[in-house]
Amino acid sequence: MTIFRTLLATSALAASAGAVWAEGHGCGIESGRINILANDFPALRAVVDRAETCATGGVEFSSNLTTEHKDIQVAALSANPAEYTAAIVANASILPLMNEGLIRPLDDLVAEHGQNLSPTQLITINGQVMAVAFMANAQHLFVREDILAEAGIEIPTTYEQVIEAAAAIEEAGIMDDPFAMNTAVGWNLAEEFVNMYLGLGGEFFEPGTANVAINNETGIQALEMLSQVNAYADPDFLTFDSNATGALWESGELALAVMWGSRGSTILDDEGSTEEVTSNTRLVAAPTVGGGDRPASTLWWDGFTISANISDEDAEATFIALVNGIDPALMEDHNDKAVWLIEGYQPGPAAEGVATTAQMGTAPYPMLPYMGLLHTALGNELAEFMQGTESAEQALADVEAAYTTTAREQGYIQ
Amino acid sequence: MPHGTFLRFIFPSLAAMILFIALPIISIAIQSLYVEHEQVLIVTENCGPFGCTPSTTIDQQATQALRDAEPLGRFNGLGTYTNRSHLAFAEVSAAWAASDGIGDFLGRLMNLPFYKALAFTLSYTAIVTPLVLILGLMIALAVNALPKMVKGPTIFFTLLPMIVTPLIASLILFWMIDARGIIGASLQNLTGDPNLSLKASPTLTWITLFVYGVWHSAPFAFIVFYAGLQTVSEETLEAAMIDGASRWQRVRHVTLPHLMPLVIFITLIQLMDNFRVFEPIVGFSAEANATSLSWIIFDDLRNEAGALFGSAAATSVLTIIGVAILLTPVVIRTWRDFNRKRV
Repeated sequence: MTIFRTLLATSALAASAGAVWAEGHGCGIESGRINILANDFPALRAVVDRAETCATGGVEFSSNLTTEHKDIQVAALSANPAEYTAAIVANASILPLMNEGLIRPLDDLVAEHGQNLSPTQLITINGQVMAVAFMANAQHLFVREDILAEAGIEIPTTYEQVIEAAAAIEEAGIMDDPFAMNTAVGWNLAEEFVNMYLGLGGEFFEPGTANVAINNETGIQALEMLSQVNAYADPDFLTFDSNATGALWESGELALAVMWGSRGSTILDDEGSTEEVTSNTRLVAAPTVGGGDRPASTLWWDGFTISANISDEDAEATFIALVNGIDPALMEDHNDKAVWLIEGYQPGPAAEGVATTAQMGTAPYPMLPYMGLLHTALGNELAEFMQGTESAEQALADVEAAYTTTAREQGYIQ
Repeated sequence: MPHGTFLRFIFPSLAAMILFIALPIISIAIQSLYVEHEQVLIVTENCGPFGCTPSTTIDQQATQALRDAEPLGRFNGLGTYTNRSHLAFAEVSAAWAASDGIGDFLGRLMNLPFYKALAFTLSYTAIVTPLVLILGLMIALAVNALPKMVKGPTIFFTLLPMIVTPLIASLILFWMIDARGIIGASLQNLTGDPNLSLKASPTLTWITLFVYGVWHSAPFAFIVFYAGLQTVSEETLEAAMIDGASRWQRVRHVTLPHLMPLVIFITLIQLMDNFRVFEPIVGFSAEANATSLSWIIFDDLRNEAGALFGSAAATSVLTIIGVAILLTPVVIRTWRDFNRKRV
């Protein structure tokens, strides 16, 4: 990922310039309505709080940060005028908005107010800028160095080594069930399959069509790896979401876990865990699988979009406020809350995992209009295989059938 | 009451029922006959922080033109009802042809989302409804026999499971049955099996959900029965006592017949409620092992790629039909009783 590396490398140079720009620059908005819809985690809270400092004079500012943002965004932006003037999205949640044409191209606003944005931050679809990205995220491996040392093993770099390491830890009697990943049935389990399948070099669809093609050798291999590695997870693993695995890690019950990079700062801080756990936790790249050299993970960005169904005045005010929200000065106080894609960013220990995962050439999450349908089908149909009551072939055949049914209903397949 | 007065009297509630119940159901039924427009796809280049890739996107203008031409969507008739997500006619007949025996066929049927959900929904209804009736009656009889002093507090505490919001209650229980929670850890100790997990095994998850359902709904049956018990004629009870009837015989031959209309009322309400079981599945994160018709509707509306309105509407109509079928015997019985009394 050369672009990513360049961004990180040149960051130090740009740091001072960015800070100067922020200080001498008011937001310069006199009026307008700004209402931001976003997911709820610390990095986004920091961005929205900073955007709010623009709300002076006649500017009307409000925001809604909720983990349920995905389920309200389409309805809220379909209204005319839209309830929210901006939605902060990721590379999967932008798709429903794109599919319905609910967000506006930003080229004019970028030309006028986006001098401070780096070109790699601009999400360009079909030649038009549709979103401005400001942070990156990926799932990667978290390890406990003290436990690995006790069992006499190196930090694993492949899933095969993860299995060996987990087996060694169990055998040495150090821990029961030393491994965990986000495998809750539904979105989380589907994401683990997507990661594994892409790590094995798989393609989800027949090129150029919406016809799914996962019932193949690669799909079976991906499922088998998921099943083998989760043999070393707690039997409740089909209920593990990000909150559950994070809590298990902080309680010191895990030695190896695949979790989101954005959890890093929460895990490494001095709250909710012991010194023993935090000082020995290291964030490393996502493991590769099956001899591949691309980590079995997907890269995600978070960025902002502007509603289509609002006045140009509101769109401009919102854009200026959000550009101010992701100003490099943001990182003075919030450097470790995320892997920022903003100029001047210097990765701390909490960002190490995402940064190395990105540098190793991990694939971005596929931005296809019908990917969400496949993701939902995967989430619903893989549980039986993971419980051992169904064969991998049958599970994949079920996913394909479920996907094809919904894709037909949504008009992607005739 | 003259017909005119009667009409004027019920007009407000009739209007509200048409507006808030009948019209939405009709709108859902119509919606279920339509599916989304054909999406016009084009191949484009997408660029972002991780480089440029060729990708497929929707041609907004072409798709919008299709939408404007037919705002309701493409007419699909009963196609949504018969597809794999619902009644799955094609898949069911294929399973029938391929299976070698009824057990094998049922196994294949359980692989289809609608039938899997229906199986849990029906089991939940069939098991929880009678248990709620029995437990509710037992608690009511027990509380009725308590001295006056402790009656009030006992009633209050007995009602608690119903007062707590279902989602919160199921979340609290979910944490308690965790392998590290008080119930989960005690069960592991009692059975001596350190790997026992109420969340991992399908059977144990079903039992947990049934127990939760009974725990949550029993107070409702209890309070209705308890109110009914206050109207049991003391004289009849005393007469039975003089005739030498035991406590069980008094309950069986005096109290129960008196409470029969209430039994029917609670059965009706419970059949409807249990057939729509939903919150515990979310609260217990039980989707891997148990899904219900309501949960399928919820899942369709929360699809990653945007809500599947046609699919959700079809499941809703099927749920309404299911409730109607379940209630028919009870309603027919009530109607017969009503007619008999009139004569």
